[in-house]
Amino acid sequence: MGTGVQAYISYRVITKTNLPEFEGPEKIVIRRYSDFEWLHDRLSEKYKGIFIPSLPEKNAVEKFRFSKEFIELRRRALDLFVNRIAVHPELKQSEDFRIFLQADEEKMDRARSYETGIFKKPSDFLQMFKTKVSDVVLGKEKPVEESSPEYEKLKNYIFELENHLAEAQKQAFRLVKRHRELGQSLADFGKAIKLLGACEGDSLEKVFSEVGSKSEMLSVKLQKEADNLLFNFEEPLKDYVRAVQSIKATLVDRANAFRQHYDLYREKEYKEHNLGKLQFVDREKFAELELKADSDEATKRFEHIVAVMNEELARFQEQKTADIGLAFHEFAKGQAKLAKDIADAWRGVLPKLEACSS
Amino acid sequence: MMSSAPPPPNLPADADGDMESLPLAPTASDYASVSSTFDPLLSSASLPTPIAAAPFPLSPSSFVDPPSYADVSASSSSFSPLSSAPSSSPRSARAAACEYALIAVSDPTPEAEPAATSLVPGSAPTYISYLVTSARRSGGAGGGGERRYAVRRRFRDFVTLADRLAESFRGHFVPPRPDKNTVESQVMQRDEFVAQRRAALERYLWRLAEHPAIGASDELRVFLQAEGKMPLPTSTDVASRMLDGAARLPRQLMGEEAVAAPQEVVQPAKGGRDLLRIFKELKQSVVSDWGGVKPPLVEEDKEFLDKKQKLQDWEQQLTSASQQAEALVKAQQDMGETMGALGLAFIKLTKFETEEAMYNSQRIRAADSKRIATAAVKASRACRDLNTQTVKYLDTLHEHLGIMLSVHTAFSDRASALLTVQTLMSDLASLQLRIEKLEAAASKIFGGDKTRHRKVEELRETIRATEDAKCCALREYERIKAAYAEKIVEGWETVAEETSGYARRSDNNLAW
Repeated sequence: MGTGVQAYISYRVITKTNLPEFEGPEKIVIRRYSDFEWLHDRLSEKYKGIFIPSLPEKNAVEKFRFSKEFIELRRRALDLFVNRIAVHPELKQSEDFRIFLQADEEKMDRARSYETGIFKKPSDFLQMFKTKVSDVVLGKEKPVEESSPEYEKLKNYIFELENHLAEAQKQAFRLVKRHRELGQSLADFGKAIKLLGACEGDSLEKVFSEVGSKSEMLSVKLQKEADNLLFNFEEPLKDYVRAVQSIKATLVDRANAFRQHYDLYREKEYKEHNLGKLQFVDREKFAELELKADSDEATKRFEHIVAVMNEELARFQEQKTADIGLAFHEFAKGQAKLAKDIADAWRGVLPKLEACSS
Repeated sequence: MMSSAPPPPNLPADADGDMESLPLAPTASDYASVSSTFDPLLSSASLPTPIAAAPFPLSPSSFVDPPSYADVSASSSSFSPLSSAPSSSPRSARAAACEYALIAVSDPTPEAEPAATSLVPGSAPTYISYLVTSARRSGGAGGGGERRYAVRRRFRDFVTLADRLAESFRGHFVPPRPDKNTVESQVMQRDEFVAQRRAALERYLWRLAEHPAIGASDELRVFLQAEGKMPLPTSTDVASRMLDGAARLPRQLMGEEAVAAPQEVVQPAKGGRDLLRIFKELKQSVVSDWGGVKPPLVEEDKEFLDKKQKLQDWEQQLTSASQQAEALVKAQQDMGETMGALGLAFIKLTKFETEEAMYNSQRIRAADSKRIATAAVKASRACRDLNTQTVKYLDTLHEHLGIMLSVHTAFSDRASALLTVQTLMSDLASLQLRIEKLEAAASKIFGGDKTRHRKVEELRETIRATEDAKCCALREYERIKAAYAEKIVEGWETVAEETSGYARRSDNNLAW
């Protein structure tokens, strides 16, 4: 749609359902990437504690943005996104999700204009866990964090896991590139050998031409395997990394909730402690009650997040084992087939070469 | 028969159980059997066993370095046509016809330069000397024991041999000798370099021995058999040659020594002592270039020109194939490295998840990770082994390129011989002209002029001498032309054999 700088890709979202909340058994809508973003942000705001399914990367080099590969990868990732929401027991009930799946352009526009949430930027993650200069100046202590061993363990696990996964994903991406490079080399080599054979003439020429053809054929297979690796091995690893980043976002929510709970709790305690010392007017008593209500609510919110997170973690581990297991399987399968093809190709040429050299 | 079977075509999605059943890389012993079965060119005994016997432990910290060129050259030490007896290729035929049954270069030992003065005792500059053993094939019936010879030679001696052969076998495709190295003595002493050089020298001597003309030559025989110091005269350096030439020039200009002696004519003018000759031939080449008087010899025979064109095409394709082969090797090496790095990343992930495991699904995932990592590392090693073999055959392409160098030399030998002939012919032509003029002049003067007669006689002598020289030059030229034919076929067939070996090596990449 559109041309030039304003151009964007739109995606067709098809919903098939027999749930009563929906307007019909099948619905097709057109959405663009920013619509998906909107949905993601709405869900992040409303469902604290839940690991919201991740989106594919937002930014891409302008030139790359319209390549077939990129578009297909993005499409797959968006497809996963939507489907993961649809199977999550809580998220699938979201009103915003329903709007996303069904609303026409007008309604969607209106819904989008209501957005008010605080968007999480990657810098937020680090900020949360660092001491603010202003705090120190004002004499406040380091922002308080949970100190339970489980929390510490979880936090360290998540951060380190991301590092390991990022490394694995980086190597997987390089491996895709190597396959392409090797494919290209083989093609060039095949051509050169064929030309060399033409110089030799007679039987030698035929054999060289055979070797050259096989090289070119294998080059094609290598390119295909490169694609396979990209979609079925590297992308799942990337998806894994994104999932871990989503967990980090949830950790931020948790930390915020904790701080709120902690601050209000402390304030409440302080007021209660000084109850006896101060003269109370009705108005202040009311304020105190409000404070207590707020504090209790903050505590409840925090505890809710913790409980939800624990459930989510268990689900996450299960899910990831299955996802990555599949990716490993595809990887091994692809590599095995490629190696077999290579061996077969060369074995096929051998008898001809042997006949030629004897 | 390959020892590792390909995986079954349909694997159900259940990752766990079937990961186990996926047959991955063969064990170390399988590797040895795989490599030895598919290599009739080299006997299994002489196969690079160091590579096959390399241990395959899964230790993330120990990763084999990518094969260096040195490993490849060093491990091809058993390069010897004799062990290719099973295949009746043109190469073994050549080997069978070869004068020598054995040539080996071994035992590199440092020796001190004699007559070297050094300020600090014990740090005299040293050179490496090699033990060259050879055995002549005893011809004829009831052959007695082959006489074995063992002499010590240093690299400088090989250079001398190469120079002598280049002079004696002009027009032949003289195999190029290994490169000199203009690096400091530190490099010379290093084991890797010495091993490379030793292997290269051995290959060089074999190539010489297999050459139908050079193999039977005295120069080679003397080199291999004469004990003690190097028997062949070293060529004098350019400076003294120029000086000698400069000394002769005045005499030549005065009219004496106007003609080059026949034996000198046989060598090219350039680099020789006869400056006058150099100038004359230079002038002639300019004349020829500008399409001046063309003596009949300039017409090359069509066949030669055809062959020359073919050879040039061949060289071009060979160069391009060689370049592509290098690129291919690099791509394969990169692949192996990245695969290894991937394996390493997964090993780290495995360790991490195992340590931190809180859920059972994590442990399962860690086990899967580990299997993938193992497979990746093994594939990486297989890739590197494949590359080692590939590099060996890449070496062949390069050697052939080296031969092209000697072809070029031969071409230029022929060209300079032709130039000599042409120069002499035009000399002859101008001398004839002078005689005619003088005779015409003489006939005009009554009574004849004694001095003029004498001049005419002298000129006639000169002509005769020039004719002699021209005959020699012509003979030399024809001889060079004849030297080409046999080499061409030989060269092509060698390439075929050696590329068949490459295909066999590729089979090694069955690690899954």
